[in-house]
Amino acid sequence: MKAFAALIKQLDTTNKTTVKVRALAEYFRSASDTDKVWTIALLSHRRPSRPVNTTLLRAYAAELAQIDLWLFEDSYHIVGDLAETIALVVPQTAEKEKERSLTDYLNDMIWLKKEEDLVKKEYLQREWSKLPYYERFVFTKLLTGGFRIGVSQKLMTRSLSMATEIDEDILAYKLMGNWKPQSISFQELVLDERSGDQDSKPYPFYLAYALEGELPALGSVDDWYAEHKWDGIRGQLIKRSGAIFIWTRGEELVTDRYPEFETICADIPDGTVFDGELLPMIDGKIGTFNDLQKRIGRRTVSKALLKKVPVILRAYDLLEVDGIDLRADAFMERRIKLEGVVQKVDNPLIDISPLVEFEEWTALENVRAKARDMKSEGLMLKRKDAPYRIGRKKGDWWKWKLDPMCIDAVLTYAMRGHGRRSNLFTDYTFALWRETETGERELVTFAKAYSGLTDKEFRAVDKFIKSNTIERFGPVRSVVPELVFEIGFEAIAPSSRHKSGIATRFPRILRWRQDKKIEEANTLDDLKAMIVE
Amino acid sequence: MTGDTKLGFNIKTNKDQPLLVFNERGIYCPQADLYIDAWKPVHRCIITHGHSDHAKFGHKYYLTHHFNVPIIRHRLGNIAVKGIEWGEVFTVKGVKFSLHPAGHVIGSSQVRVEYKGEVWVFTGDYKLQDDGVCQPWEPVKCHALITECTFGLPAFNWRPQQEVMQDINSWWADNKTEEKTSVIFAYSLGKAQRILKHLNVDQGKIYTHGAIEKMTEVLRSIVDFPPTELITRDTKKQELLGNIVIAPPSAHGSPWIRKMVPFETASASGWMAFRGARRRRAVDRGFVLSDHCDWQALLKAIKTSGAEKVICTHGYTDIFSKYLRSIGLDARTEKTQYEGELLEAEKVEV
Repeated sequence: MKAFAALIKQLDTTNKTTVKVRALAEYFRSASDTDKVWTIALLSHRRPSRPVNTTLLRAYAAELAQIDLWLFEDSYHIVGDLAETIALVVPQTAEKEKERSLTDYLNDMIWLKKEEDLVKKEYLQREWSKLPYYERFVFTKLLTGGFRIGVSQKLMTRSLSMATEIDEDILAYKLMGNWKPQSISFQELVLDERSGDQDSKPYPFYLAYALEGELPALGSVDDWYAEHKWDGIRGQLIKRSGAIFIWTRGEELVTDRYPEFETICADIPDGTVFDGELLPMIDGKIGTFNDLQKRIGRRTVSKALLKKVPVILRAYDLLEVDGIDLRADAFMERRIKLEGVVQKVDNPLIDISPLVEFEEWTALENVRAKARDMKSEGLMLKRKDAPYRIGRKKGDWWKWKLDPMCIDAVLTYAMRGHGRRSNLFTDYTFALWRETETGERELVTFAKAYSGLTDKEFRAVDKFIKSNTIERFGPVRSVVPELVFEIGFEAIAPSSRHKSGIATRFPRILRWRQDKKIEEANTLDDLKAMIVE
Repeated sequence: MTGDTKLGFNIKTNKDQPLLVFNERGIYCPQADLYIDAWKPVHRCIITHGHSDHAKFGHKYYLTHHFNVPIIRHRLGNIAVKGIEWGEVFTVKGVKFSLHPAGHVIGSSQVRVEYKGEVWVFTGDYKLQDDGVCQPWEPVKCHALITECTFGLPAFNWRPQQEVMQDINSWWADNKTEEKTSVIFAYSLGKAQRILKHLNVDQGKIYTHGAIEKMTEVLRSIVDFPPTELITRDTKKQELLGNIVIAPPSAHGSPWIRKMVPFETASASGWMAFRGARRRRAVDRGFVLSDHCDWQALLKAIKTSGAEKVICTHGYTDIFSKYLRSIGLDARTEKTQYEGELLEAEKVEV
């Protein structure tokens, strides 16, 4: 644990990627094999499920620190991170016993999950008391969630590649899929060359960058295909050895959540991998992302929901056919094969993302301008002769999204940020005007946003909030309505769950309208007018 | 009833008026017609210490500890100021005032105010740990205590200074091995000298930014410090390599600092206890070192004062006073314009 905590500290105390990679590679060279496997698991979102819920964690920590729960909670709101709060308030009293490894602690967590609360409490309080501050923090982080230390799976893979001298792309492939850190060895996971048992494995996704500069800079129109950019969930649908697997871009295996595809399992030839977008398709029309949201989190899908929000795959690439990896082929070639396979499947559950016809770049601008009518987010530009690359790479794929819709809203509530922003009020709630029955105007909350300002602006707004607080509700403060911000969002849909009756997709702050008074902010009716029927 | 009870306490007071009240100009003693650390210009003002949020420009007469006289003269110019000793009592209209060491920075004091047997103490900014630079804090018994609580949360627990200074010195040594310049950010009054005093001079030379050099020069008449060298236009980048530079927080990210490449940066502050704070400051290292009380120190100070009534001025006042009430004290908060230890480089450096 000492070595792992030291690694996390190193990763956490630098902003430089090269230093992080070097530290991780060094760790991969020196750690034990089981610790290595667990580290790979932890840095690729494969932590064991939480053995103790956070309510209990808080209670046990407050008790050990001999403070009231409210004081612990208030401290947490300010520190902004539960594990850090626990590590800070709990005193180290007992002497550290003999060193236990990362693997020991993770095995503890798997064991602990099934134990009674009393056992959990004794275990946690004992470990907290004997671990020094930073190990206590890391240990608690293992219990509560992600590290947020700026180490992506890609960065971890690069470091592992440095340490093992195995090609980075091969490692990325090996580390995908559904392996369990408690039952796989480092040898099997990383070192062994495997052939079978890889049926479920998706390919690493190729991700596009946002278009930079003007379209003509891409060169000749003849070298490019254009498609709509669909607003669903990016996914790979795999059919191998008679079974279907669905992976999302987050490398999550979600086959069970989309049971509709089981019905066409027999129609898809073995050894086929589609890349496409999972989209809600309601009465023959693409639904909103808000509709899809109802499906995303559900592990078990009721018949009623399946009927209410059916999902299809809009395929736009073919990565494997007849068990042969097509990624090195030109996109143009893959596209022809894709059309063939989709035709053969011949089922509305899998359709094809149509190509947008264009003969000059200017024509695309018109198509993009009307993207919302097509329920798309904009356009994708793909070079005809490009292979299917790994990860986010510039040059062959570009996304060219619509400018966000925007509206001027009033800041009404604020909350402290988390992690990096834990001492500043950076999470804001915004409101729009609505006319009441008596003809007065009132502000109605419509969206929350916490990104889009510079650090300097955040500090200025934070200062305003601290000196213009009306009331405090735990971590939240109501603020004198005085500041106006331009809020951008990707899509909009009616919603019964929101006070305003409207849900916006990915709201964020575009800019601070210091030139506007709150009376000049938009109304809820202005927002409603943006909904495309 | 005379006086504004809203501003004061319901303590058993003389003439129904609290000994100290908070008005729009500062902490005020109505009986003596005198202010402490006023934030707007007043006639007569006692100054606890030299930080800019406590020692403001524009008062007619200043009174402070004599160590603090050269400090505020340096910052505020040629003001009418009288310096007195710790424990020296001066009486105004029957109110006895005296200054007692606060241990915050050189020349920092608590203010004791006594009238007809009733004693109030204003702590100013303070810490209990002896930093080896300024006169250590001394407990003062009182009925009512006005305390800061910049770090009044159980999440703040300082490690001994010796350990932190060891960390700073070994960070410097590591950077030296990599042939980099170490740049540490610290307030020009207080933190800078505290670090300077405990740097291991065998490891190399200590350079300073102008703001730090000037203030340290003022303080050399009071305390011995290792030699420092001011960075000027003529200072060669090459000669800095492997050595350490003390700079004010405002120098972070400035053109002044960029010419020192390759360097490692560090910040020394109580806020560095929070990972988020260090990351937001975008320094390579954060050392948890504060000139304010941590949670346990605040509680200890309140306990040893014997005060039944506590007024919390700046910091986590709401939470801290709520906690004090939960352990049976009569505690509340008052709004002031004191800033405590700021997270960002917002404190005005003179």
